[in-house]
Amino acid sequence: MADVKRIYFDHAATTPVHPEVLAAILPVLERSYGNPSSFYKEGHDAHHLLEDARMTIATHIGAAPREVIFTASGSEADNHAIKGVAEAYSNKGKHIITSKVEHHAVLHTCEHLEKQGYDVTYLDVDRFGMVDPAEVEKALREDTILVTIMMANNEIGTINPVKEIASICKSRGVLFHTDAVQALGAVPFDVREIGCDLASFSAHKLYAPKGIGALYVRRGVRLGRLIDGGAQELNRRAGTENVAFAVGFAKALDLAVEKMAENEKRLTALRDRLIEGLREIPHTKLNGHPTKRLPNNVNVSFEFIEGESILILLDAKGYMCSSGSACTSGSLDPSHVLLAIGMPHEVAHGSLRVTLGHDNELADIERLIADLPPIIERLRDMSPLYSDYKSGRLKHLISETSDDDILLEKSYGI
Amino acid sequence: MEYSEKVMDHFMNPRNVGEIENASASGTVGNAKCGDIMKVDLKIEDGIIIDAKFKTFGCGSAIATSSMATEMIKGKTIDEALQLTNKAVADALDGLPPIKIHCSLLAEQAVKKALLEYYEKHNLLNEENRKLFKVVEDDAHDHEVEH
Repeated sequence: MADVKRIYFDHAATTPVHPEVLAAILPVLERSYGNPSSFYKEGHDAHHLLEDARMTIATHIGAAPREVIFTASGSEADNHAIKGVAEAYSNKGKHIITSKVEHHAVLHTCEHLEKQGYDVTYLDVDRFGMVDPAEVEKALREDTILVTIMMANNEIGTINPVKEIASICKSRGVLFHTDAVQALGAVPFDVREIGCDLASFSAHKLYAPKGIGALYVRRGVRLGRLIDGGAQELNRRAGTENVAFAVGFAKALDLAVEKMAENEKRLTALRDRLIEGLREIPHTKLNGHPTKRLPNNVNVSFEFIEGESILILLDAKGYMCSSGSACTSGSLDPSHVLLAIGMPHEVAHGSLRVTLGHDNELADIERLIADLPPIIERLRDMSPLYSDYKSGRLKHLISETSDDDILLEKSYGI
Repeated sequence: MEYSEKVMDHFMNPRNVGEIENASASGTVGNAKCGDIMKVDLKIEDGIIIDAKFKTFGCGSAIATSSMATEMIKGKTIDEALQLTNKAVADALDGLPPIKIHCSLLAEQAVKKALLEYYEKHNLLNEENRKLFKVVEDDAHDHEVEH
């Protein structure tokens, strides 16, 4: 097995650094060691590099440079947006609206604020994982200060109608934040077009290194600080700036925007071929929206088996994928996203996420389509649920032909 | 989280997968909701476990512990098999990651639930061995529903 080419299918988790991004970062690390706050040439040089990177990112997202602050991660950006607004607008109210399928960086931040006396509404989503703008409108109150809804879901790839949600928030004078970590670089993203007040980004999802993210804060939005100290980042985030990685982030976004249309088309075709191929496996369900989803995201559930077992067998065959099963989350519960779209625990445990990227080719997709059925069959042959189903003692929850993404039953009831 | 080589071996090449027709006793523990179900079938003759088979719905360590537990009791007398502990199963696999310890408990429970059926059927329960069956009632997870 050692000679089998390893295929990376986990681009929603992170991406490899693009050679051109690395080439942009290295000279900065090698030569531009100055502190951007220093008053000599080396400091000024670093300052210019940082501000150029800020300008590049701002331009690509339709913002002004002063509206972009660098953070150390997408999680920090989410934390800063939510805690920062909560602090700055607590006089106006203490109600926040979010959804049940947000990233933990949003959900756990909201839970933290609940302990501080804030009131949070966690909106339900439909069976595709989509937030209904009408539900947002219904949940708005006099004391609502922030609505935070992700642009695209990291697990099932569903893209939310954030423009409609932003417009509702604007008409009611409520700030709108979107976690755009998965969306940036993958699909067109423009803050003016969407109309959001805050947006979070992470660079390592678009072929830049881990350790750098950004937060868009519309001019005029007040924001409490997460990190106190120096006056860096327009006095909003203290800490000596990571100039080299900011430069890398800007380069990565340049590349992503330049090739976006081409990549979207190519990845969507690969994605749809993979979904079609996986549907050949009986009792398989696509999770997330069939069309309103990220071009690189495939998430399916295979009935009667558990996800971690699938991952180990795939790893042995050279594939790097992920799952929403409890065993891979390190808790007893499977993915909160899969539960929120109405999947019973039993089926959520058997999920597989394949997220495509630059290096993946049609041959990789076809190889996976060929390698998966025996893996699924092998695990089903070991599964007591499957033998109970085969002997008629158990009803199946997912259609045998895998052509219907509606669950036939809610639970095995055992 | 990484598994030991032994866990990987028993997951990749599981021993004793299957079912025994006309088994002397069977035990099923866990539930689908939690993501693990183990079913153990035993063939017992003259008080000796001459065959043990399992079917498991679950993660890598759930399958590996089922494989190891059935391997450990094959050829043993029922009284010897009743001495099986989850720690012995985990040790035989060179340890399990902390969040996977419940898998070894589930394997112990599955074996003991099958043995309990046999002991009850043959009126072998007494005050002494009843204690060893207590573990069957424990929750490997927060909640456990019988199949």
